[in-house]
Amino acid sequence: MTAPAEAFPQLSLVEQERRAYRRGRAHRSSLVAGASTVIFLAVVGTAIVLSPGWPRVKSQFLDVGYGWEVLPDVLRGLWLNLRVLLISALLVLVLGLVIASARTLRGPVFFPVRFLAAAYTDLFRGIPLIILLYLIGFGVPGLRLEFVTTNVVVLGTAALVLTYSAYVAEVFRAGIESVHPSQRAAARSLGLSYGQTMRRIVLPQAVRRVQPALLNDFVAMQKDVGLISILGATDAVRAAQINVAQSFNFTPYVVAGLLFVLLAIPSARLADWVQLRAIRRQQAGGAA
Amino acid sequence: MSRRMSRPVLAAVLSLAALVSACSPADDDETASDTTSATTSPSTSSDACATDALQTQTDGKLTIGTDKPAYEPWFVDDDPANGKGYESAVAYAVAEELGYAKTDVTWVPVKFDAAIQPGPKNFDFDINQFSITEERQQVVDFSSPYYDVTQTVITTGESKAATATTIADLKGRKLGAQVGTTSLAAINEVIAPSSDAAVFNSNDDAKIALENGQIDALVVDLPTAFFITAAELDNGKIVGQLPPSTGDQEQFGLLLDKDSPLTDCVSMAVDALRSDGTLDELQQQWLAQAAGAPVLK
Amino acid sequence: MSRTPVLALDGVAKRFGDETVLRDVDLSVAEHQVVALIGASGSGKSTLLRCANLLETVDDGVIRLDGEDITDPRVDPDVVRRRIGVVFQAYNLFPHLSVLDNVTLAPRVVSGVGRSEAEDKAMALLRRVGLAEKATQFPDRLSGGQQQRAAIVRALANDPRLLLLDEITSALDPELVGEVLTLVRELKDQGMTILMATHEMGFARQVADVVCFLDGGRLLEQGPPERVLGHPVQPRTRQFLARIIEAGRL
Repeated sequence: MTAPAEAFPQLSLVEQERRAYRRGRAHRSSLVAGASTVIFLAVVGTAIVLSPGWPRVKSQFLDVGYGWEVLPDVLRGLWLNLRVLLISALLVLVLGLVIASARTLRGPVFFPVRFLAAAYTDLFRGIPLIILLYLIGFGVPGLRLEFVTTNVVVLGTAALVLTYSAYVAEVFRAGIESVHPSQRAAARSLGLSYGQTMRRIVLPQAVRRVQPALLNDFVAMQKDVGLISILGATDAVRAAQINVAQSFNFTPYVVAGLLFVLLAIPSARLADWVQLRAIRRQQAGGAA
Repeated sequence: MSRRMSRPVLAAVLSLAALVSACSPADDDETASDTTSATTSPSTSSDACATDALQTQTDGKLTIGTDKPAYEPWFVDDDPANGKGYESAVAYAVAEELGYAKTDVTWVPVKFDAAIQPGPKNFDFDINQFSITEERQQVVDFSSPYYDVTQTVITTGESKAATATTIADLKGRKLGAQVGTTSLAAINEVIAPSSDAAVFNSNDDAKIALENGQIDALVVDLPTAFFITAAELDNGKIVGQLPPSTGDQEQFGLLLDKDSPLTDCVSMAVDALRSDGTLDELQQQWLAQAAGAPVLK
Repeated sequence: MSRTPVLALDGVAKRFGDETVLRDVDLSVAEHQVVALIGASGSGKSTLLRCANLLETVDDGVIRLDGEDITDPRVDPDVVRRRIGVVFQAYNLFPHLSVLDNVTLAPRVVSGVGRSEAEDKAMALLRRVGLAEKATQFPDRLSGGQQQRAAIVRALANDPRLLLLDEITSALDPELVGEVLTLVRELKDQGMTILMATHEMGFARQVADVVCFLDGGRLLEQGPPERVLGHPVQPRTRQFLARIIEAGRL
């Protein structure tokens, strides 16, 4: 319902005084909050900087000059992380959806499919990623199959995708099963086939529901991508490690860590925005 | 509401500040750090190196560190205590020099990179193919050198690097080495290949990658090179030795904690073994095969 | 005049595990007829409707739609369901689609109707029920009565032969019930064939041509509303109606 176009009625004196008082108090509150935050940060900051251990900590972990020096190396490594991450994320979403759909097929005739899908998730959630990386990254080339690449980045990505799609498949499955059966009943009653029902009614709702969990897995995957470095490829962490091993100064690790945090933040905000948009469209939440 | 909160907040801030300044680390950056080379002339008399005067981890016992697994020809059967292998033999010779019987020696496993890190150690000295470098000397002590080392490029017969005869031939190849080693530094400084070297957690991983053809060649020290190509790789091949990156001969030394009270005595022990020919004898016994690889230019 | 009934149940039985929910049900709905199903909760009304549109498979008996046996396992249920419209107690609108998309989904996806044609038809239907301005909104923004009317429009979009209404006013606030019942009456006036389960006895009396009383899965009594509701023959029917009168719903 749109608000009426008429002007608000003139407020009584009592109400005007009440509002003036509340406004004044709100101003005072924000001033005090702002001031106390600034004071707090200043005091803590000064205390840290003046403490006797600070110069050593600063030079060992926060050497800005050295940090700048190693930044290009670490960024080059990070580029590998990013490439692998984006490709893996896409493949994981697709494969995860396929496996989840396979696991939620109804009817006795589909038992083998459900069984295989369940076996897949059990296996690849169970195997530690490191072991799978070694098995696929080093083991597969050892078989000397003609048509299979020995490129460690490709093999490492394969291991990562196999593992994470098992987790994501279970997340999708939870989403699918959380969609109320009455939705399916309504869709089937309209004459939609099982496939059409899944595609247009169940999956859109399922995916929306599990977005926060999916984001969680995505952010976790951002770190696990770095494990590919055990196969010889140099990612951001390995680049930092190589530098640290030479200089014995831990600043490169701090630099790499900060870059990873910076990577994680936009994805979190993006997912929040997408979620909020869907909610705003669908639900009449109001001021509650 | 904010007025009511500011007093507890202020109290918390003050106590936090007090806590932070109280946490000062055990301060030893006042003491002058050792910037001279590890081989300081022993200014201590031999009495200071008498067995009961040595400040070891455990009184009367010598604790020696090395990696697990421990590789040939430096150790044999991954058992440092059996005295076989060049480094095991040198370690027991040094122990004897310092007055420790074989039974007084304990071995502890220490990862290669963990030993080189700054910080307190759980061993008296570590013997694990550590090359003496200036950077490392900032954070740990080294004894006198007990072996002159060269970096060597190895490969397999089927690899693209098998036909290389000069450093230039290797520039276009995919090379590999263990992280944090002078082998890796040698690749980057001496060969400077056009594509980044592959860096592995251990030589075991690097060996597998070499066999799979995922790298074309691997760089390790000379004795290790001989052992790997002879005993571990199918169709292994030594391409050649690399000249040292800084022009000075690379050398292995025993590793000790920074400013350890044992450094001088241990160095003296190594020097004694060198002057009485023990080191040469042991090298003949354990590293004789490691000779005759071409030097790459 | 023995025209084929639109829907005919013949000896239908349904069991869930040990429990028999429908026993030997014979019921038919002739064209343009409105048949009301009444009975206590658990008497099998919803199950009967779910069997009629093949959401459940019957354990015995035959169901015929326009004379065709739809309980034959060789029949494609999706095709059959296009000819039957269903409206549920909980409306079951698709929350992630606008009202318009809810209505046009089946014609587009199932019957292959083009989008603009489907939307024109949908808007016409929505206009008829007074929901045209709500077309682009999402179901959550509509009141209960509006949602239920939208659900009815959705069920009509496929031009079904038969409408199954499963207690469509039971979840509504009393003041919203009226608008929905008005719509049903209009549909009847336009000649729609309807089988509805309901608690609204007054409405059943006004609108239904036949009232069927289900008790414990058995069709105990059926006939014109004045008789079944006014002078029921079976004692259990009387008991049921007495309870309804006490609850003030007759």
